Amino acid sequence: MTPRTLKGTPPAGAQAGKQTLAVWKFSSCDGCQLSLLDCEDELLALAERLQIAYFLEASSAIVEMPTRPYDISIVEGSITTAHDAERIQEVRASSRTLITIGACATAGGIQALRNFADVQDFTRVVYASPDFISTLATSTPISAHVPVDFELNGCPINKHQLLEVIGAHLARRRPRVRAHSVCVECKRRGTVCVMVAHGTACLGPVTHAGCGAICPAYDRGCYGCYGPMESPNTASLSARMAQLGSEEVDLVRVYRTFNAAADPFREASEAHEDRSRA
Amino acid sequence: MSDAGETPEGEAAAGGQTGRTRVIRTDYLARVEGEGAMYVKLDGRQVLDVKLRIYEPPRFFEALLRGRAFTEAPDITARICGICPVAYQMSAVRAMEDACGVAIDDGPLRELRRLIYCGEWIESHSLHIYMLHAPDFLGYAGAVEMARDHREIVEQGLQMKKAGNALMALVGGREVHPINVRVGGFYRAPTRAELRTLRDPLERARETALATVRWAAALPFPEVERAPELVALSEPDAYPVDLGRIVSDGGLDIAAAEFDAHVLEQHVEHSNALHARLRERGTYLTGPLARYALASAKLRPLAREAAREVGLGTVCVNPFQSIVVRAVELVQACDEALAIIERYEQPDAPAVEVIPRRAIGHGATEAPRGLLYHRYEIDEDGTILDAKIVPPTSQNQLAIEEDLRAVVEASLDLPDEQLSLRCEQAIRNHDPCISCATHFLKLTVDRG
Repeated sequence: MTPRTLKGTPPAGAQAGKQTLAVWKFSSCDGCQLSLLDCEDELLALAERLQIAYFLEASSAIVEMPTRPYDISIVEGSITTAHDAERIQEVRASSRTLITIGACATAGGIQALRNFADVQDFTRVVYASPDFISTLATSTPISAHVPVDFELNGCPINKHQLLEVIGAHLARRRPRVRAHSVCVECKRRGTVCVMVAHGTACLGPVTHAGCGAICPAYDRGCYGCYGPMESPNTASLSARMAQLGSEEVDLVRVYRTFNAAADPFREASEAHEDRSRA
Repeated sequence: MSDAGETPEGEAAAGGQTGRTRVIRTDYLARVEGEGAMYVKLDGRQVLDVKLRIYEPPRFFEALLRGRAFTEAPDITARICGICPVAYQMSAVRAMEDACGVAIDDGPLRELRRLIYCGEWIESHSLHIYMLHAPDFLGYAGAVEMARDHREIVEQGLQMKKAGNALMALVGGREVHPINVRVGGFYRAPTRAELRTLRDPLERARETALATVRWAAALPFPEVERAPELVALSEPDAYPVDLGRIVSDGGLDIAAAEFDAHVLEQHVEHSNALHARLRERGTYLTGPLARYALASAKLRPLAREAAREVGLGTVCVNPFQSIVVRAVELVQACDEALAIIERYEQPDAPAVEVIPRRAIGHGATEAPRGLLYHRYEIDEDGTILDAKIVPPTSQNQLAIEEDLRAVVEASLDLPDEQLSLRCEQAIRNHDPCISCATHFLKLTVDRG
């Protein structure tokens, strides 16, 4: 790499005593790494505690770490190409702690809808010359390729949870990120249940907490963008949604969005797909 | 994928000089959204080749939208871009309503749409001006590095960005991928009292925006003049945001439904993105420079005065000065948001009913970085049969490459490293969103 004469660029190698942070992007919309820049009140303080060593969306400065790994790597996006499947191995090898952020990195993202289709058909729809497209047949989470130390759910992640995860790492404690359902967050927020009170279909009972139960507070059912909670009972919820008027084809779509490839949601959508064809 | 992805040499591998041939390349562009690279080849003083390469992997949105419900388009297409999700939601709902014969062209629902869009302009422009673009002018790698010497400036940018995010979070539920936008309107309309909590932060943001215009205008600008055809939405009495005909300074004046008839998308070898061009005349540019040139007379008086005060003129031909135009648009967005909040009356219902029918619908709105076009064909039950999305960056790619060529020709005497930085800055002038661009573009990669 050609060294640059930019002001404010720290010398190569880690700054004394500071842990290093790297942010990596794979197939994604950039929204989860943007959440770090959305920490308007905390970003500069964070940059004083940590050395931001690699974060292309924010800086062209790259601190190379020839002798030791990055202390924390934050990974956004899913694996959809052979090149990226190799690159994530390199990222893992150069990271002490690897944290994945967002539905793409933890579950494959919306682009994992290809996993339910013939990717050749998919490619033909979008591209005039499908033979030239270099893509894998599936979109897979980072954990399908390398060991992951912590997964933060959400499409997009909650920036306060991201700060909690980074802060917990610095304090060498477990992050306080609960795996219970969105329902608990509604109760804590004092939101009237949209399903019980209004008959609105809602994925809250099977969805991982973390967003703060935004949708029901806006008179809308949860659509599951934080993925499955720790022990989701999708069959029970589906039965209730069917009573409220959802058809099998609707239920396929309900589970098949941003976390479609997360096992509990995948199994639920496949079960409904089988029944819709029966 | 371009070969840039196959020769990872790190950021700014400013290539060496071998004989008369000189290659300037950056394999991983920093401070842009998504994964892109730049390649410039010179022979002596002659520019042989200029490429903005896009190697971000495709996500097949147009394919995965098929078979989904028409009501899902705003939530799904928001995921194309974490930086401008509202733009995707707004073009999607416009297109679906157009298909279903519904027009939300005035009243409080339209006002709320412009309001949340103002929030996205404030957030995105603040991010670009202070965190992505300003470091180029002041010689820093990024905003965090810049904050070591200019903490106050970076902090004021962050506070303005925060005001935009607060507006998106209140109206939309959250900043990234808002949940409150739906075909027909919103799930819940905010109350007057809720919106009024935004007045103080927006008033402060407006003051900061005015200061930003003056600060940006005093930055050192390389001398470059460019004159691509400029394309933007046009409304009779308002600066273009969420509605209007598509017009240009070259005589284009069409409805969104005619977009396909006038814009041709071409496959190129070096990019996972299709290049859009006008069938009649070729390269065109969308975004702040186009909006400003075509509609500066429709700016709110405060924004118009701010532009006049720094001598911006009614057309800005130097793309490096786009940072000043973005600052003027920040004043515009803050001032318009405050005006909407002031006159807002909560609607009786948060949405109008939209009944699907078999039809094709079109929607075009102004994302912070330029025109964003959606077209959908839906079935009588609202199932999406076909989708087409043309994001601003694919429309601007040719203009960006032509800028690069002009910038290189005007800067031949710079050493490689500085020329490389100048080229990257020229790309960032147009705030390209590569995540957006790839995901639609019908690409051909020649692997030879």
